[in-house]
Amino acid sequence: MTVAMEDTETKAVSGAEIRLENVTKRYPNTKAAAVDEFSMVIPAGRIVVFVGPSGCGKTTTMRMINRMVEPTSGVITIGGKDALHIDADELRRGIGYAIQQAGLFPHFTVAQNIAVVPGLLKWDKKKIDARVDEMMDLVGLDPGTFRHRLPRQLSGGQQQRVGVARALAADPPVLLMDEPFGAVDPITRGNLQDELLRLQNELGKTIVFVTHDFDEAVKLGDKIAVLGDRSTIQQYDTPDAILANPANDTVAGFVGAGASLKQLTLLRVRDVPFDTDNVIAVDHGDAPAQVAEKLRLADRAYALVLDERQRPLRWVHRRELAGRTSLLDAGKPVGDSVTTQSTLQDALEAILTEGGRAVVTGARGELIGTIDISTVTDVIANVRETHADGGSA
Amino acid sequence: MTAVAEGLPGVSRTSAVERKSSVTARSDRVRLFFQPVAVIVIVGAVVVWALSSDLNANEQETLNLPTILTLTGQHILITLVVSVLVVAIAVPLGIALTRPGPDRVAPVFLALANLGQAAPALGVIVLFFLWTGIEGLWAVAIPLVFYTLLPVLRNTMVGIQQVDRSLIDAGRGIGMSAAGVLWRVELPLAVPLILAGLRTALVLAVGTATLAFFVNGGGLGELIDTGYKLQLNSVMYVGAALAIGLALLVDWLGGVAEQWLSPKGAE
Repeated sequence: MTVAMEDTETKAVSGAEIRLENVTKRYPNTKAAAVDEFSMVIPAGRIVVFVGPSGCGKTTTMRMINRMVEPTSGVITIGGKDALHIDADELRRGIGYAIQQAGLFPHFTVAQNIAVVPGLLKWDKKKIDARVDEMMDLVGLDPGTFRHRLPRQLSGGQQQRVGVARALAADPPVLLMDEPFGAVDPITRGNLQDELLRLQNELGKTIVFVTHDFDEAVKLGDKIAVLGDRSTIQQYDTPDAILANPANDTVAGFVGAGASLKQLTLLRVRDVPFDTDNVIAVDHGDAPAQVAEKLRLADRAYALVLDERQRPLRWVHRRELAGRTSLLDAGKPVGDSVTTQSTLQDALEAILTEGGRAVVTGARGELIGTIDISTVTDVIANVRETHADGGSA
Repeated sequence: MTAVAEGLPGVSRTSAVERKSSVTARSDRVRLFFQPVAVIVIVGAVVVWALSSDLNANEQETLNLPTILTLTGQHILITLVVSVLVVAIAVPLGIALTRPGPDRVAPVFLALANLGQAAPALGVIVLFFLWTGIEGLWAVAIPLVFYTLLPVLRNTMVGIQQVDRSLIDAGRGIGMSAAGVLWRVELPLAVPLILAGLRTALVLAVGTATLAFFVNGGGLGELIDTGYKLQLNSVMYVGAALAIGLALLVDWLGGVAEQWLSPKGAE
């Protein structure tokens, strides 16, 4: 697996495992079940994304976890506790719930909206006030500015933040999110997704996230469940496993074109074997004639000129060295470079603009190595091979 | 944070909303100020004119302050009793008829209320009197309740039904009970419509209460009736002016209530 996955192994987990066993929902007067014998384990502290076409039952399935939809049969446990035989209102107070367009009460202020669940749990007023401020800070809304605003005085993105704050106010181990970012513009959606990942990194909740946007699923999910008709699980795996090896045509159709390109967004340069010694690096003070000799001996065409702190400055070709007195005006400057934190997608972009090979730098901008197109293609081929035998389901 | 950048569209939208509501708010304020002033000036002028002009014996019999006050008091009492009964019946009934289960019989009740309003008020009052033999206040109040029930009942139901379903879903989803959602979300958001219905009902009640004299219920109708039967124009003027003034005053009170009792943020 990728390093991203190992990160979640070590971080604090406050979430609880959710188990669904043979959960079925059958509406009266319909022949086919809306959700048919659905079984899944949602690991504690992870984001699991339900993705599928409209009307496939993904929302119904999610809503059975907090019993907004009562299952017809089956077993659901949260943190080992039976969710189906306790008071539904009590159950829901322990599960965060965020929906599309936030669902904020228009006649409540931001603070009153966030305070609803702590109020239902009979926290004392001081504790609630402190918690409201804490939650507003957490989602990036200044309490002094926004506490007494009404929802209609907020932008869509701000409303959604308040929605998330309200869902998290009573510190529930589990969070259900039903297309929460579906109604905001793409830029705000991107920001909200980043925010959610940051929050999740701090909080380690178990999050069930429903969307029909596969890219959103790839970005947010530790695991993705691709659901088909009547909520049948087509594939339940990590994003890169699904991208590398879609289980069937339905999943492949949903993944859509550009699976390899999406794959590149999941991998980082530090995860791949980029070249660390495949470049002739020279100091900017070296004599050009000396460098030319070095290149001739090594039988190489290009040298990379570094400054005094080992940071890449210029690429120079052997032919460009003749008659020069300094390396600082020979060749062409290094344009796009990547760090070990960059995604392979960024790396590919840099490789293409740099003409075949891009410089990889470390935290202080110092040269660590280089990466070329063959590294990227090898990685993709490798991932596909690894997941070709079915992977782990 | 991006909150600042996102604040920009939020701000413009907010000011647009406030600008729109500030225009209507201003016209409401103007009306809320001028309506009672106009009522007091006109009614006061008519009464002062009538009382200070040369009255014959017949006119003096009815056009004196104690009689006018008594009849006005009776009229107000009828209106009050009717409105209290209407609120006590129509609001709970309206709530009940929007709950799952009872909502299936809602059309029956709406049809009944429709019938009550469609029937002429005088007919309902007289029929009720002939049927029960009751006279006085209750002989007017009970038929008038039937007659004015519809606006409050229908507005209560519509007011609750027009609450965004996703708010109810959100409320239940975060653990509010059905009753909690009703009290804290559905009813507050329905208040503007319920009050608008009540305002209509009150104006209807105050107007039709002039028919109370038919069944010995008193009220300002008696002035109009006496003036008509004895051909005393001044008595008719005073009765009519007071009835109209009272109706406008009640409408004004309804407007004030809507202004003050509607929750902020609910449009």
